[in-house]
Amino acid sequence: MKVGDRVRIKKGDVTYTGLVMPSTGEYIVLKLDNGYNVGIKKDASTKITVLKKGAKIARRKKTPAPLGNRALPKVSILSTGGTIASKVDYRTGAVSSQFSVGDILSAIPELAEIANFNGRVIYGILSENMRAEYWQELARAVADDIKKGADGVIITHGTDTMTYTAAALSFMLKTPVPIVLVGSQRSADRPSSDNVVNAVCAARVATSDIAEVTVVMHATSSDDQCLIHRGTRVRKMHTSKRDAFQSINDKPVGLVDYKDKTIYPFGEYRKRNVQELVLKEGLETKCALVKFFPGASPMIIDHYADAGYKGLVIEGTGLGHVSTEWIPSIKRAVDNGMHVIMTSQCLSGRVCDRVYDTGRDLLKAGVIEGEDMLPEVALVKLMWVLDRTDGQEEVRQLMQTSLAGEISERSTYG
Amino acid sequence: MVDYRRLGLKAGLEVHQQLDTANKLFCGCPTKLRDNNESIYEIRRHLHMTESELGEIDRAVMEAVQVQRRFVYKGYDTTCLVENDEEPPQVLNQEALDIALEVALLLNMRVVDETHTMRKIVIDGSNTSGFQRTALIASNGNIVVDGSAVRIDILCLEEEAAQRIPDDGRTYSLDRLGIPLVEIGTAPDITTPEQARSVAEHIGIILRSTGKVKRGIGTIRQDVNISIAEGARVEIKGVQTLNLIKSIVENEVTRQVGLLRIREELKKRGAMRIKADVIGVSDIFANTRCTVIETALKSGIVMAVNLPNFGGLVGREIQSNRTLGAEFSDHAKRFGVGRIFHTDELPKYGITKTEVNTVRKKVRAGPDDCVVIAAGDEGQVRSALNAVVKRANEALDGVPEETRRALPDGNSAYMRPLPGAARMYPETDVLPVRISKKRLKRIKRSLPELFQERKERYMKDYGLNEELAELITRSANAPLFEQIMRLNISPTLVVMTLEATTSELKRRGVPVQNLEAMHFIELFELICANKIAKEGIPRVLEGLANNPDKTAEEIASEAGLQTLDRVAIESVIERIVQSKRAFIKEKGYGVIGPLMGVVMLELRGKVDGKLVSTILKEKVSDIIKERG
Repeated sequence: MKVGDRVRIKKGDVTYTGLVMPSTGEYIVLKLDNGYNVGIKKDASTKITVLKKGAKIARRKKTPAPLGNRALPKVSILSTGGTIASKVDYRTGAVSSQFSVGDILSAIPELAEIANFNGRVIYGILSENMRAEYWQELARAVADDIKKGADGVIITHGTDTMTYTAAALSFMLKTPVPIVLVGSQRSADRPSSDNVVNAVCAARVATSDIAEVTVVMHATSSDDQCLIHRGTRVRKMHTSKRDAFQSINDKPVGLVDYKDKTIYPFGEYRKRNVQELVLKEGLETKCALVKFFPGASPMIIDHYADAGYKGLVIEGTGLGHVSTEWIPSIKRAVDNGMHVIMTSQCLSGRVCDRVYDTGRDLLKAGVIEGEDMLPEVALVKLMWVLDRTDGQEEVRQLMQTSLAGEISERSTYG
Repeated sequence: MVDYRRLGLKAGLEVHQQLDTANKLFCGCPTKLRDNNESIYEIRRHLHMTESELGEIDRAVMEAVQVQRRFVYKGYDTTCLVENDEEPPQVLNQEALDIALEVALLLNMRVVDETHTMRKIVIDGSNTSGFQRTALIASNGNIVVDGSAVRIDILCLEEEAAQRIPDDGRTYSLDRLGIPLVEIGTAPDITTPEQARSVAEHIGIILRSTGKVKRGIGTIRQDVNISIAEGARVEIKGVQTLNLIKSIVENEVTRQVGLLRIREELKKRGAMRIKADVIGVSDIFANTRCTVIETALKSGIVMAVNLPNFGGLVGREIQSNRTLGAEFSDHAKRFGVGRIFHTDELPKYGITKTEVNTVRKKVRAGPDDCVVIAAGDEGQVRSALNAVVKRANEALDGVPEETRRALPDGNSAYMRPLPGAARMYPETDVLPVRISKKRLKRIKRSLPELFQERKERYMKDYGLNEELAELITRSANAPLFEQIMRLNISPTLVVMTLEATTSELKRRGVPVQNLEAMHFIELFELICANKIAKEGIPRVLEGLANNPDKTAEEIASEAGLQTLDRVAIESVIERIVQSKRAFIKEKGYGVIGPLMGVVMLELRGKVDGKLVSTILKEKVSDIIKERG
């Protein structure tokens, strides 16, 4: 008896007939003719008769992506996996990323009215399996497509670490065209998935004149609008809601209305074709992010220092604090050449270590204030900066200057 | 008299019963229905078509997707992100699973070793997720109703759908979404309309005997599957009352017989498959007096299509007051066209004979043909008339397999094609649940008494007559009745109070829903202790219903209902009797009747009438004897 066989299973006085499904455990999983799956425990009385062998579980043939309209802008879709393109995995019984670009286009025919798409799969992984090397590979792929004449690039990405990738691309690429990251919070295999609205809005942004790295995701729980977030300002703030993505310490770039496909900008943004394409994808990956908590041991700092780490971002409390106990370890690390950036676990607001004694001691120990940068963005930026320079002053200066919109000069009210 | 066996009637039932659990099937929300006005948020959603794991798209889903897929949902402080489809479901509610297992055992079913929750794709908007979660729990059961066996094929545990808000095609209320329900499906073993009713009733009784299912309108719904020989399986959904089941079956048989007759007639006429040739006829109606068409023409178009050989058949009744044309109209209306006209019913509705003849000429209709006309937006009209042609072609084959909606008069209207197995997809967010032998044993040990057994016990133990035993057995008050019967009190009085007195009070507008078990127990304790008379029961209950926070004793004392002791009663009667001495002397024992009325005017509700009557007789007799 193999997966896909049609079988009759007699157990006691019951007979089940159906297709054998991949099993998740020792029970046989049978898809009955009424569509229900049931698990059957094999015992001495169980009799299995194969009625029809090898009937493969037929997957529908992939429909070829609709031919694009040459008059429309050219947009590249780079697929990295994630929920916007996922399917049931029978090995684990869970949802995994498997779609190709063609699958996305045939699932969302509306896209064909917006642009002429071209796409490829860069890799198919869940975003928690992402690594710094993958960001670099992706940045090279984006640059290639822009060089080849793409008017915009869409990257489909798992939502868990999408904002890290967005930040990485923001620092690595100076772009003349829009680079849009998009995903979905509810898997594409369900009729209620947010993937259609997100993908359509992303396509609209990719064909707009917003030549920045942005994240385009639901604005609210409703399927009405998407927000356009700057890649260095956005954070996933909810585990499961559609409007999980929010801009922190800055307004979003704008909003896309799904119905009329209009973009409503909220402020200034870099326009299309004002800067030349530049790719600098180098990263110092010996960097880490550490969260402080009351009573946390400074041993973690010693550990990273001893392991030869070049950079460390601390997520401190409030205005940017750690306990006094940490200061000697931090000082030793800085003295040995490590660059330590302070950010806040408040996320909202700016770090200031000049108000309280601990803060002043931290500054004396050589800590660099991370301004109003998100901790994860500071980490990615530090990796990028440390690949350029190792000079203490230069690092400080670059870390405290806005390179890709990650820092605001003024903290505004709204 | 219709001979259903000769017609080859086969019917099966699907009974859907909401379970009375504390929480919903996949989240911790209460299973409480709300007033739509209490909604605290609204979300707007789109549903999209997806494939099953076998890469097929279900035909019912396919059709729904072509129609409408934008929806609004109203949420409450009793709904959460799971109903909003914004959080993965929690584990399958074990209380609900236990009830489903209990029902499965009562229906002599075989329980599966491991239950897998599936997604049944439903994109009519009634589920925010676009699917209904459902798990097969048991199969291969049977019940015996009136001497014949009916197999029970399937029992599933599912989530209830969101409720459509009336008068609005696309707004749903999230309060009902996720309430656990069991779906019980019989085999097509039912052969008469009467039997369909009895089987549904029997299953309903078994469900209620668990004491763990919801009661009231909408908490139980039946779908009926009906076919006759040469007909086709038609599923009629949403029959809310038992009484309707019989007429639903009868009318569907009539309908299938009617459709088969139309097929014969079409065959005789040599009818061929129709190719839809929808033609614009707006010019003919430029000066029409038909208001529907006149209004539509302001921004739209009038079109017509010829149905060769259908003349006289479209207007033919296939159910009482429903013609084949009404079936066509059901299909056409799905595309937003208000109504269609067909030449079998014309001239009428302001459409003149000349207009009809000109249209017939334009679409080249012969004398045996029927022409269907629709007006409105061109795209909608075209789709609507194509749908009419599609349905007309189905008439050539007889009865189309489909899902229909029950109408309150026992007829039905087209809803959608019969869904197939392709709409089932595994719910990957919910782990399969193994059902252990130990668990089944535990449930088997505590299976509830069936109603028949309970009724017999009540007759035997409490000496109730059959009628009252039946009444209280089927009542939700049965457990309360048994609790009260621990007091030394008349069973008949308790049953009458719980069932008759409360419904009488309800009729009078007393808020009896406020009455709780404790109120009744206090009341009967007072009666047992002779603190109030049974005549005072309605007034105490009324008082408690209006002031549920008070005790029965407080109400009785405020209303002056506490029983007077014998001395007090005697003194009241003595006073009245003395004041009527002359009258008594004159009339003798004949005064007892009228005097009883006078006395009770003062004492009603505070004393037992029998006692008053005894004392009164003594007193009157004393006075009469004085004379002698």
